[in-house]
Amino acid sequence: MARDDVKTGYKYVGTRPNRPDGLDKVTGRARYGADFSLPGMLHAAVVRSPHAHARIVKIDASKALALEGVKAVVTRADMPTGLEGEDLNLQDNTLAGDRALYDGHAVAAVAATSALLAQDAARLIEVTYEVLPHVTDVDAAMAPGAPVIRPGVADYSVPEGMHGNVARYMKFGHGDVEAGFAAADVVREHTYKTEATHQGYIEPHAAVGQMGEDGRGEMWVCTQGHWYIRRMSAAVLGIEAANLRVTPSEIGGGFGGKTTIFMEPLTLALSKKAGGRPVKLVMSRSEVLRATGPTASASMDVKIGMKKDGTITAGQIFFRMQGGAFPGMSPIGEALPCAFACYDIPALKHEAVEVIANRPKAAAYRAPGSPMAAFAVESMVDELCRELNLDPIEVRLKNGARNGSKSSYGPVYTMIGLQETLEAAKAHPNYKVKLGPNQGRGVASGFWFNHGGETSVSLAVGEDGTATVMIGTPDIGGSRASIGLMVAETLGIPYEDVRVNVVETGALGVNEPTHGSRATFASGKAAVEAANQAIKEMCKRAAAEWEIDAEAVEWKDGAAHPAGPNAGKFPPMTIGEIGSKMGGTGGPISGHHEVTAGGYGASFGTHVVDVEVDPETGRTTVLRYLVVQDAGTAIHPAYVEGQYQGGAAQGIGWALNEEYVYGADGRLQNPVFLDYRIPVASDLPMIDTVIVEVPNPGHPYGVRGVGETGITPPLPAIASAIAGATGARIRSLPCSPPKVLAAIKAKR
Amino acid sequence: MRYHTPTSFADAAAIAASATGTLRFLAGGTDVLVQMRAGMVQPDDLIDLKHIPGVDKIERTAEGGWRIGIAVPGIVLGGHADLVRDWPGVVEGMNLVGSTQVQGRATLAGNLCNGSPAADSVPGLIAAGATVTVTGPNGSREMAVEQVPAGPGKTNLAKGEVISSITLPPRGKNGGDCYLRFIPRTEMDIAVVGCAVSLRLEGDKVVEARVALGAVAPTVLLSEACAKAIIGTTLDDADLAALAKAAEGEAKPISDKRGTKEFRIEVAGVLARRAAKIAYDRARG
Repeated sequence: MARDDVKTGYKYVGTRPNRPDGLDKVTGRARYGADFSLPGMLHAAVVRSPHAHARIVKIDASKALALEGVKAVVTRADMPTGLEGEDLNLQDNTLAGDRALYDGHAVAAVAATSALLAQDAARLIEVTYEVLPHVTDVDAAMAPGAPVIRPGVADYSVPEGMHGNVARYMKFGHGDVEAGFAAADVVREHTYKTEATHQGYIEPHAAVGQMGEDGRGEMWVCTQGHWYIRRMSAAVLGIEAANLRVTPSEIGGGFGGKTTIFMEPLTLALSKKAGGRPVKLVMSRSEVLRATGPTASASMDVKIGMKKDGTITAGQIFFRMQGGAFPGMSPIGEALPCAFACYDIPALKHEAVEVIANRPKAAAYRAPGSPMAAFAVESMVDELCRELNLDPIEVRLKNGARNGSKSSYGPVYTMIGLQETLEAAKAHPNYKVKLGPNQGRGVASGFWFNHGGETSVSLAVGEDGTATVMIGTPDIGGSRASIGLMVAETLGIPYEDVRVNVVETGALGVNEPTHGSRATFASGKAAVEAANQAIKEMCKRAAAEWEIDAEAVEWKDGAAHPAGPNAGKFPPMTIGEIGSKMGGTGGPISGHHEVTAGGYGASFGTHVVDVEVDPETGRTTVLRYLVVQDAGTAIHPAYVEGQYQGGAAQGIGWALNEEYVYGADGRLQNPVFLDYRIPVASDLPMIDTVIVEVPNPGHPYGVRGVGETGITPPLPAIASAIAGATGARIRSLPCSPPKVLAAIKAKR
Repeated sequence: MRYHTPTSFADAAAIAASATGTLRFLAGGTDVLVQMRAGMVQPDDLIDLKHIPGVDKIERTAEGGWRIGIAVPGIVLGGHADLVRDWPGVVEGMNLVGSTQVQGRATLAGNLCNGSPAADSVPGLIAAGATVTVTGPNGSREMAVEQVPAGPGKTNLAKGEVISSITLPPRGKNGGDCYLRFIPRTEMDIAVVGCAVSLRLEGDKVVEARVALGAVAPTVLLSEACAKAIIGTTLDDADLAALAKAAEGEAKPISDKRGTKEFRIEVAGVLARRAAKIAYDRARG
């Protein structure tokens, strides 16, 4: 799959050195959000609504404030008014206004001299509620008679006559779907549902904030994007961005859920009220599950027409998604374009509505929208393959998108690797293993756009010829190692001589978070440009010393060289020599690059899973699992494989057991890891990986983001494997044992 | 909160009897400390029993059974070869509780007193015919394990009473036991259904049997109907089917976040059948 126009044969790129943060993490030296402390620091606790929907009649904090050691209480009354749009939504979610909108919604916060005292004080804050009718299910929220939980939530896109809980509507497509269905031999239509799932990061949200009477503040926080934290916190508190300096900690997982604020501004509001003493707030696991953003739940109608030879003639979808009590949080804008992105189909119709319900404000979760869409579309494709007795990989090879295909959402694909992943899956030994009784195989493909985004990176040459790189994208998946490798390759110096630091908001221009699978792509691309700038300057310094033109100097293997015999005969001048005397040759040498990075290439993947289902209990065991995905160029293959495996693991959890369980009272029933069942290590087999490399022409080393696509295929692949093992098709996730057993019995 | 460290069960019982507020006993602490941290319970008096001599011992009784101290953690039970030889089902039930770290602290007595109908070690104890010694302000008494739970989170111990040891009867010849639970994952989960079977053979025939079902009623059930279904049989397919039907008949579960009523009833039968088969194979050696 190598292409002539892309350079290969790298010295550092493609190797697997230890990650720079590895030793700190395994020895406990790494500082995560909750590890940060300051002298005089107070601890905070949050009072949360026990009701799914209630009017807040009165908040009485007098008993809490009377406790010795309690230094401040904040409620919505302490926040500025007049905010609009998403800023208002963020403020409403940070602290409820006149109404609590979901079980766990923050109502007040208190700071005290110890964490235990703060918790005691929180229990003493008396909140009087008037309970209101609630709704938590996506379909129930749209049903006639469902309580309209926020009148006037609909934006301009919503057609008249839709339910009052519908906030947004989308529609697009191409071709004549009716003619397409008429041309098919088989047309099937089903409804598929997925429950909300949480990102399940191991590190709960944690922040230390400090703000004085002058409104100047500082925050140390676990986040995927500290400029977002700065912008959002500043908006919620009515302060200026430049007056808030935000430093990110190491991060114990985010998966999209740490790209926004939940409780962070409370540390600043409490600090200001407590005379500027720093305030620490660490969420418990239950608070994380009740009050931080899971992904949306979805209910999806899919209709697909197929000819007997496997040709797909038309597709149609209608998606309903709820992302909590706030508009704009359901990823319908991503789910729709992802739904048929793996296919080249002549006629497609996409429609979606976003519905609000009394659940926490959803946040991004790894390829937002794409896993749900894949569950619906790829399950349906599998159902048609089984009905027509067709090989699922052959059908995808036949209908799959390729270079030059017009994508389902508009743009023409230029250089993509879907077909290559299908061929590699077909050739893999896992696809040839003979299955035993009660075993089944599922195949599905998946897609994520990837992302570029606002990026600012600096690089400084040290006096000893080493290089320091300053990036603004927190490292959640090994990006410091990957960026270090690319800089080492570009400068021609050892990987160990490059140190990549994630720096605070005061040190660089605005950076978007590590989201959209962009960090290694975009910060990497900018770091290479910054290195090239430094190289240019180093060549200039060498040229000056040699008294030749700068254009007559070239850079290779970590040193300036005369470009050719005509340039003169000089021994190479290394980066170490140049660095050691740069003070006298013109000053410090650095490079800087900032860009809204374009040229990110989409990543496609294909998964193959074998399962065994206990026919007496409906319990599914994953026997073997294969991830094949296009990485463009795998800069650090071990971390690419880690992303593939991590995506598959989360997808398996979503497919099999994870779900938000709400009681009739609208309260979350399972806000602990005991009952919110993410897979444990022993639930999973070794996840096999194949890295396909179709280099991305939009990146100097061919990088594509790899973080998100991997969570997309497991949902339909697992459900299809279960269908193969049992004959029973589960169209509503999770494929939990009670559901699978009931489906098996219904089939008998 | 007052934290007490009595050095005798009589002292512990006296403190408990005079306590006026919320009281908790502390053995391994794997339930109580978690509940305290989660804000579910804030004891006024916390009585740590680990300072009482002998609570960490496993001893043979004069009759040939076992007396197990109330602070013996799961990992010690699992490492006790003679105990495991006699009562593998009791030990495997306890060893399913929590993680390796939790196993270093969690105890049989704590699992029993936590009062969960899904407790993994309780069905095995009940099937084994285990008893507990209860010490109270007025002296000691013996209770069958199945009499201890009163409902979710509740026991039949009177105010001031505390379990001071657990006794397993002599295994007897040609005996075997087994505990199986259903969880959707492979570990770190709560039983959706549990079942323990203890039986003894003469030749190929089951002559004694006790069957306990977990997580299908407010307390762990000792099922006579299940025992009757297999006593006198050689566990042929028809006998196992009768056992499954009996277990389904005994199960009175609810639907909750962990499983549906229908699922629990059906799986109770499946587990009874599978556990009986394993206990039978163990009895045959």
